[in-house]
Amino acid sequence: MTRDATTAENAELTYYETGEDHVHAGGSTMLGFWIYLMSDALIFATLFATYGVLSTSYAGGPAPRQLFELPLVALNTAMLLISSITYGMASIAMDENRVGATRGWLAVTALFGLAFLSIELYEFGNLIREGATPQASAFLSAFFTLVATHGLHVSFGLIWIAVMLVQIGKRGLNEDNKRRLMCLGMFWHLLDVVWIGVFTFVYLLGVLR
Amino acid sequence: MREHPSLARRLVRPALLPLLALLAGCERAVLNPAGDVALQQRNLIYASTGLMLLIIVPVLVLIVLFAWHYRKGNETATYDPHFDHSTSLELVIWSAPLLIIIALGALTWSSTHLLDPFRPLGRVSADKPIDPKAKPLQVQVVALDWKWLFIYPEQGIATVNELVLPVDRQVRFDITSTNMMNTFYAPTMAGMVYAMPGMQSTLHAVLNQPGTFKGMSANYSGAGFSDMRFGLHGVTPADFDAWVARTRAAGRPLATATYLKLEVPSEKVPVMRFASVSPDLFDRVVNRCVRPGTPCMRDVMAHDAAAGGGDPHATQAGAGMPGRHSAQPPGGAKPKGALFKDESEIAPAPNITKPRQPGAPGATKPASPENRNMSFLLPTVPGQTARTGRG
Amino acid sequence: MLSDSLLKTIFGRLSFESFPIHEPILLVTFIGVMVGGVGVVALITKFRLWGWLWRDWFTSVDHKKIGIMYMILGFIMLLRGFADALMMRTQQAIAFGGNPGYLPPHHYDQVFTAHGTIMIFFVAIPFVVGLINYVMPLQIGARDVAFPYLNNLSFWLTVAGAALVMVSLFVGEFSRAGWLNYVPVSNLQNSPDTGPDYYLWALQIAGVGTTLSAINMVTTIIKMRAPGMTMMKMPIFTWTALCSNVLAVAIFPILTAAFAMLMLDRYVGTDFFTNDLGGNAMMYWNLVWIWGHPEVYVLVLPTFGIFSEITSTFSGKRLFGYSSMVYATVVITILAFLVWLHHFFTMGSGASVNSFFGIATMVISIPTGAKIFNWLFTMYRGQIRFELPMMWVVAFLITFTVGGMTGVLLAVPPADFVLHNSLFLVAHFHNVIIGGVLFGLFAGVQYWFPKAFGFRLDPFWGKVNFWGWVIGYWVAWTPIYIVGLMGTTRRMNHFDDPTLQPWFVIAAIGAAIIAVGIAAFLIQIAVSIKNRDKLRVDGDPWDGRTLEWATTSPPPAYNFAFTPVVHELDAWYDMKDKKAQAPKDGFRAIHMPRNTGVGVIVSALALVLGFAMVWYIWWLAAISFAGLIAVSIGHTFNYDRDYYIPAEDVTRTERGLPAAAGA
Repeated sequence: MTRDATTAENAELTYYETGEDHVHAGGSTMLGFWIYLMSDALIFATLFATYGVLSTSYAGGPAPRQLFELPLVALNTAMLLISSITYGMASIAMDENRVGATRGWLAVTALFGLAFLSIELYEFGNLIREGATPQASAFLSAFFTLVATHGLHVSFGLIWIAVMLVQIGKRGLNEDNKRRLMCLGMFWHLLDVVWIGVFTFVYLLGVLR
Repeated sequence: MREHPSLARRLVRPALLPLLALLAGCERAVLNPAGDVALQQRNLIYASTGLMLLIIVPVLVLIVLFAWHYRKGNETATYDPHFDHSTSLELVIWSAPLLIIIALGALTWSSTHLLDPFRPLGRVSADKPIDPKAKPLQVQVVALDWKWLFIYPEQGIATVNELVLPVDRQVRFDITSTNMMNTFYAPTMAGMVYAMPGMQSTLHAVLNQPGTFKGMSANYSGAGFSDMRFGLHGVTPADFDAWVARTRAAGRPLATATYLKLEVPSEKVPVMRFASVSPDLFDRVVNRCVRPGTPCMRDVMAHDAAAGGGDPHATQAGAGMPGRHSAQPPGGAKPKGALFKDESEIAPAPNITKPRQPGAPGATKPASPENRNMSFLLPTVPGQTARTGRG
Repeated sequence: MLSDSLLKTIFGRLSFESFPIHEPILLVTFIGVMVGGVGVVALITKFRLWGWLWRDWFTSVDHKKIGIMYMILGFIMLLRGFADALMMRTQQAIAFGGNPGYLPPHHYDQVFTAHGTIMIFFVAIPFVVGLINYVMPLQIGARDVAFPYLNNLSFWLTVAGAALVMVSLFVGEFSRAGWLNYVPVSNLQNSPDTGPDYYLWALQIAGVGTTLSAINMVTTIIKMRAPGMTMMKMPIFTWTALCSNVLAVAIFPILTAAFAMLMLDRYVGTDFFTNDLGGNAMMYWNLVWIWGHPEVYVLVLPTFGIFSEITSTFSGKRLFGYSSMVYATVVITILAFLVWLHHFFTMGSGASVNSFFGIATMVISIPTGAKIFNWLFTMYRGQIRFELPMMWVVAFLITFTVGGMTGVLLAVPPADFVLHNSLFLVAHFHNVIIGGVLFGLFAGVQYWFPKAFGFRLDPFWGKVNFWGWVIGYWVAWTPIYIVGLMGTTRRMNHFDDPTLQPWFVIAAIGAAIIAVGIAAFLIQIAVSIKNRDKLRVDGDPWDGRTLEWATTSPPPAYNFAFTPVVHELDAWYDMKDKKAQAPKDGFRAIHMPRNTGVGVIVSALALVLGFAMVWYIWWLAAISFAGLIAVSIGHTFNYDRDYYIPAEDVTRTERGLPAAAGA
């Protein structure tokens, strides 16, 4: 940072930067994306609060412990948690500038994410076949909305991973792509955190109640 | 007089018009209450306004004074461009409003508890303590689309759009609604409380002056909202008993079938009186099970609380509950979500915003079937409006 | 029947009956808009301005141009919202006793819903966001915002939302459920028509824009301040912009979630806010008001900042109590979240809950009161120049103080039990929104217009505008306060009691006076453009104190050839004081973001998606949604998003020579 030329009376103070222009591109992206994630977390917070209010309004319909299959959900949780670890591996590979390994770990992450989504869809399918549809009671509306919103985020994460795979293939691990991978990482890990909340408050507490 | 209040008012009003116009400023509801609760609320408005004026008036004066005195053209005014901080002044700036708010906060805390609508009254009026043995008169209020149903459970009568109360007797209102959210508002008596479907709210009040006052829904609830008004009549206890007797003798019963007809949306509904009413009608309205065969919310909720849930393969309302199989939700079948409708179920959405036709039938006529023309719950079905009975 | 089914597949529930050909008011408006629109399009075509508009404005990522476009959008929508207001005032002035007025409830209910929705979402928000967009980066000495492309997208998404509301005027109907689209009125069962769907889609699309814009502004203020500008040396307007946008980031997701749940109720048939099957309508009220009350501060905090800047500039003094002003702003930001329940004391939450929220509301008046005192003592021992911006400040101080008082009165729960949902309440919030937000925006426009265009606004027509608004406001709303105290409730289509009529006639006259004020503003702009050579100003026409006055008027695309270095609170005043001069040579190439049309395309697709969903045209919705995703992904494959303004171009611009290449 050069602050040389000045014509101020007080020669110690400079009032204009006359040095090289700073390239700001991307300098703020991490902070901006972080703020976006917080706003996204607030959407989840609202859905959690709604679920809290409506979670016992079964309207005479089925209650959580008749619906939830914990082993399946546990498997699902494992898929997502493992995908977070594999994403961590991708991040390490990215730091070491290993393009092939980064892409490989990203692909593995996507596979686990896809497994998570498939199990979730299978679970939804079972529920709807049993008649426990989102229309049946306020509890089910809140349940489906909360879980499906998370699932929708995971789907977008998968699309994003696919796009990143292509972009890294085309341009390698340049600065832009590294920044995007960092953002995608924050996004992916946040989904994990949210899922832990879903698993605890919706599934575990639901079955215990 | 009291038998035909609306007619009487209609005859008297033109004669009184000029006089009323003159008195418009002072003869009105909120600032001229007829009930003790409204009176205390009014006094509270005065007290808090007075408290705030303690600081508002000096501020307003200072704004004008400073703006005028320190204008650029005024050579005599001091100009001190470096006066931008003063700890003592800051202290005053923050503590003066703080003190006012502390005082107002104390007033708020005590008055909110004292005038809590759930709390039975402590006095009938300023100089009249309440008789601890006297039971409050109970009135159950149902906000229908778009009229008010008042049930007097002890007297076994019910009225529509007419509320008659004995003066100087505590009244406990239990309030609910069938479909929309409304506010039960009697400005001269005790302010307002929301009327909400599936909920019961409570208001304790007393009317201290005989006379005719106005009540209304204060919360917008759809097309017929502007005419969702009721007459509030304060009468002596003897007159009240006589009115009850007359209603019992002259009216028709409010049977479930009649109620279900009454429930259908209608506007500008005239006063109706019913000689008898089922004692559990209000309870069934709150629990949304007036229609026979509908599970009551209370039972559903008890069932839910036990986390039973019944057979997960039958998930309609009330499924899995003893004796209540595959009941429709009250108020008819729930509409399907738009995405689940097939083409034949998609109703076209015409624009029905029409100009007001001069002299259109029913535009102002009470209880005309044409009134439904402006509402949106159901298409116009002549004869389906609530001409169920006149008292 | 087959063709009927086919028609429904193609057009959903859209049919010829969906157009309001039998409603003269709408028809005449439609013809007016069409004639005007065709005229504008013809003029643009005739003068071959399409290319210029597209390259220099629509696709621009320059925060200054986006700010100006936001202001234009806000003003156009103000005309629409005010037309609604005039219709309501006229209806209420004549509909007494037996007279039903000229608007049946079905129409009138749409008018008041549209009025509230438009005034908050498409007038106040665009105006505030536009001013922040224009002024804030200049005040912090930045070249642009943190995410210039996102800024363009945010603007166009807001336009798409506004456009959807305007479409509802001529195709189908708008919501009749009040400005927050209250359930149960807006439930599928009670409003199966297009109204609530138009409302929800318009606000979701615009809401995404507002959220993204808020994220952008917060990041900009935190990351891109000029060197030396610590938080406590930030101009007060930037501080208020920061707090306002932090609030917006924190509340808009809640509104988005609430609206999404109502959409699910309407499109999927879920039971969030239904009366049956466990739904809970009161939850909607809670959620929308958790958004709704902080939203008031999202709007009013920046105007507090505007008033602070103006008072300080025109009193020729530093702002009195800068740090206490900052703390007051931050305290208001936090307390804003603790008061939402005062919007429904009468729901029956119990005395303790009501008292808590009532007292929390009153506590907000302490920092707000401190602010008023700070403005007061900024004037104290100053040399006040009563130019137009300063006149707005004095009008604001008086008007807003009264509005604040009635607000605290409404925060006393037992008082609220008689005044809630009455016209007293309506008068109160118009008192603070017009007196606080709108007066502030007009003050800001008069203050910063010379900066944006290089010439002042005509003072005569500015005074007509000022007096029209101020006098009009008091004539229109004093009677409404009075009838509110008489127990008259809001959203009434007609009244029983003819004795109220004189008050409403006075109110209608007040609205007409405001109309004169609005017309005067239009004339002011036109006259000023005509006389622009006489009104021409240099970079610092008001003897300003903050950095936006350190550059030329209008500023060059890159704002500052050399990034200023800040040592004091009023940085530009400090520079003038120390006689610091910007270097006259040694210019370097400046790195700038490149324009992009993606924002316009994405927003256009969002508009089509919204329209298709409102009318149940599923195939069109699917295509536009797929297109939206595809364009967004395609945009990420564009890595070439910036360029350098060569040093010689900067030199030419700085020396007042015509630039060789457009920036």
